[in-house]
Amino acid sequence: MSELDLTADVVVAGGGPAAAWAAVKAAEAGADVLVVDKGHLGTSGATAAAGTGVWYVAPDADARAAAKASRETLGGHLADHAWMDRVLDQTYANMNELAEVGRYPFPVGADGAQIRRGLQGPEYMRRMRTRVKRAGARILDHSPVTELLVDAEGAVAGLAGYRRQHDQSYRVRAGAVVLATGGCAFLSKALGCNVNTGDGALFAAEAGADLSGMEFSNAYAIAPEFTSVTKTAFYSFATFYRGDGSVLEGAGSQRGRSVIARTLLSEKVYARLDQATPEDMLAMRLAQPNFFLPFDRQGIDPFRDLFAVTMLAEGTVRGTGGIRLTGFDCATSVPGLYAAGDAATREPICGGFTGGGSHNSAWAMSSGTWAGQGAARHARSLGSRALARTTHGLGGAGLRPAGTPGDPSAFNDVIKAVQNEVIPYDKNLLRHGDRLAPALSVLDEVWRDVRASLHGENGDVVRARSAAAMTAHARWMYNAALARTETRGMHKRQDFPDLDPAQHHRLLTGGLDEVWTAPEPAARGGLAAVAS
Amino acid sequence: MIEVVRAGACVACDICIKVCPTDVFERGADGVPVIARQPDCQTCFMCEANCPTDALYVAPLSGPAPAGSPQADQAALEEAGAFGAYRELIGWGGGRTPGSRLDRNHVFTAMLERGGP
Repeated sequence: MSELDLTADVVVAGGGPAAAWAAVKAAEAGADVLVVDKGHLGTSGATAAAGTGVWYVAPDADARAAAKASRETLGGHLADHAWMDRVLDQTYANMNELAEVGRYPFPVGADGAQIRRGLQGPEYMRRMRTRVKRAGARILDHSPVTELLVDAEGAVAGLAGYRRQHDQSYRVRAGAVVLATGGCAFLSKALGCNVNTGDGALFAAEAGADLSGMEFSNAYAIAPEFTSVTKTAFYSFATFYRGDGSVLEGAGSQRGRSVIARTLLSEKVYARLDQATPEDMLAMRLAQPNFFLPFDRQGIDPFRDLFAVTMLAEGTVRGTGGIRLTGFDCATSVPGLYAAGDAATREPICGGFTGGGSHNSAWAMSSGTWAGQGAARHARSLGSRALARTTHGLGGAGLRPAGTPGDPSAFNDVIKAVQNEVIPYDKNLLRHGDRLAPALSVLDEVWRDVRASLHGENGDVVRARSAAAMTAHARWMYNAALARTETRGMHKRQDFPDLDPAQHHRLLTGGLDEVWTAPEPAARGGLAAVAS
Repeated sequence: MIEVVRAGACVACDICIKVCPTDVFERGADGVPVIARQPDCQTCFMCEANCPTDALYVAPLSGPAPAGSPQADQAALEEAGAFGAYRELIGWGGGRTPGSRLDRNHVFTAMLERGGP
């Protein structure tokens, strides 16, 4: 079938909340918008399948100050007050808009007022799809992006991809591109995360953008063994046990996940949600009904029975690293390229501690809004020149091998090889230079092979590109993890167990064949206002 | 993973083919979807939630159900009332109250901000 050739003012890549808000706000700003997603806008990604709290805080000075202070130390003092203020304002506005325009059915409190501090993924994202369509944006589902297109000056001028259900490649020439493709969870099957293979970071790096916070990429979520359902918050009510029934001392869901991970390296760990009151039990069922599917469908009562647990890698989905933003419009260091949601670094509001839950949902809707508006402004500034540009594709690894193309099913081996280095707890979670360095050597070797020969035929081009993206992601993670020779935020080095005040800066990384890391220049980071 | 498509209940609306984020289904010759790429299933339950006739069952296992498992046995699952159970929980379908009206996520957010239960 011939290639589908389209144009738009703004093209948004992604299908989660950041993509949806970007599409709505770009369209409201007058742009002709096209959304292209790897899966289906409305069910794709980490939000749609789950329930989440939202960082929704009334504009009261004391409440806002407390909200900002709550995670500063956990995040290693790498967040930024100006960004936090803006995200709190935008989230408040968007949640109210969701109630009033989106008619989202929020719960109602005893005082008769809606409680707008949480969202249920299926309902939220179903309504966001409707909003996107009503705003006039077009949607191409099951149409993963494979590469960015740039003009002669290197400004991003569109993207190309593959429509899986039509076996057809497509190309979109556009004034600006928003990458809202999510983080990278390395196909770990953590709930809803298998579409998140870090594709956006690879595209951005190929265009010359840099990344930030990639050392904060060791998020793991607790789940019943052999299942996909993660909801770490509910394990606050758990006691953890060894196989002989004795309590696993020091284990916990917030602080104490390392104890669980260390124990899982050599033996099974069991949990029981035995600290929950009857009221808690009911609240859990109402907050995230699918949390109970693995239990109910296997005849387990999680409040009374012991069940074996595992920890699923969530990489940069609930880590905080991603594409570096250069301003409040969510622009990147490449003209015409914007980033939002988990594809972008969440350090501005979370520093180096998991952005999961309420912060991530607030970040997705806020950064999506700004990226959509910023991209629309950029496209408008180009006027009719936008679509007149001559473009070329930037895709390298997995798409255009530098050497002789190899076995077209080699992506399977690449995925396994990368997973072997980033999923084991003793490599990524319990970090030590003696284990990170050899893992990085393996990943560098994998990358050389990927760059030389990896490709895919027809729809498998998407799998090959995802495998390349995961390889690149893992290398940025471990380069940054080796460069940060201290313990800060979620990045914990067993060989450097203390915080080093001299490393109170964000760490940038980038590059493909040659990966580099460097401290963020102080003038850019805005960290001066933050106490160390 | 997705294990069962009840052909007798299916109305061939293609919704599951459209909404599956990892493109697991293909339309069969008779219009009823077939599970064409089960290894790609990420066990997110979105197809089951969106099926208007409760024709799908997602086993809660992230790998395929073992041979002989009740998790892939349509008759056993029907007997257990498993079809449509998740959709009912989230309040989707005619005459139901959306589950989000009863949401308690804010309770857990507040708990985490306090540092625990």
